[in-house]
Amino acid sequence: MCSTCGCTGPAENRLIRLQRDILASNDAQAQNNRRWFSRQDILALNLLSSPGSGKTSLLTRTVEDLKNVLHISVIEGDQATARDAQRIRATGANAVQVNTGTGCHLDARQIRQALDQLRPPPASIVFIENVGNLVCPAAFDLGERFKVALLSVTEGEDKPLKYPALFQAADVLLINKIDLLPHVTFSPARCIDYALRVNPRITVLQLSAHSGEGMAAWYRWLRKNLPLAAP
Amino acid sequence: MHEMALCAAILEQLEEQARAQNFQYVKQLWLEIGSLSGVDTEALRFGFELACRGTLAEGARIHIEHTPGRGWCPHCQAEMPLNSLLEACPGCAGYGLEITAGKALRIKQLEVN
Repeated sequence: MCSTCGCTGPAENRLIRLQRDILASNDAQAQNNRRWFSRQDILALNLLSSPGSGKTSLLTRTVEDLKNVLHISVIEGDQATARDAQRIRATGANAVQVNTGTGCHLDARQIRQALDQLRPPPASIVFIENVGNLVCPAAFDLGERFKVALLSVTEGEDKPLKYPALFQAADVLLINKIDLLPHVTFSPARCIDYALRVNPRITVLQLSAHSGEGMAAWYRWLRKNLPLAAP
Repeated sequence: MHEMALCAAILEQLEEQARAQNFQYVKQLWLEIGSLSGVDTEALRFGFELACRGTLAEGARIHIEHTPGRGWCPHCQAEMPLNSLLEACPGCAGYGLEITAGKALRIKQLEVN
């Protein structure tokens, strides 16, 4: 005991064994989101790409083409501005913008909050447009059913080798802007070969959200993966 | 990568533990970082120091254990060491090994008072 105040002296250091995942709280929220989507028969897709690959254009085209048969809503992740959500809303779809500030990815809690605003109806599709970045978003489960990676032919065809974690986590690879293939050196065959090296189970579709080429196969993929049989 | 977000997640867990287990300071912290997790440990150390200023873990010493990567080849039915996500199986030269170890990001232990 100390003679000044009678306290028991400086607290002793003690060890606590934790053995807990650093991202445990995100992963638990992601599981909650996943259960919620599943109960509502909602197909949730996490769209991942570099800035400028055409995520928002892919979504506006998809909404325009499917709006008479499917309800689609969108969660837009960007560091700043509501510009992309405005582009989506212009098509008539519901969209909520999440600004991550300095954050380089969306997390599961932000998705839960966005869903509270978005209120997507049962048996619909929710697209989550992640922050344009091929590194960080791969590590954060949002509760989606599938991760969809988007790569455009104006980028390097070796991106699957340079950013293997993202392409390994993805279920689908969309190669976008194929209308520009005559003007660039991008080889879809080599890109697909690299993607399959990193992830032999990845589904690859080639399309152009601008010209519409290949979009029918993308829509078939979406309908096939709806929790309830598509109309 | 997203080391600052990881630091924020670690700090959140430390604060949660401090309430649950009744301690005031974190003196040392032991982490397991898988070598295939894509985390830059120098950035993590730097970020942790910044994230912890003015918190219960200010000045805490951080110890990082790197767990080596391992992969499983479905063709050869064998497990092997894996140094990167791009390695092929040394047996059949096939890609697409399943990662069996090396992706963990875990808080193992704390020293607190």
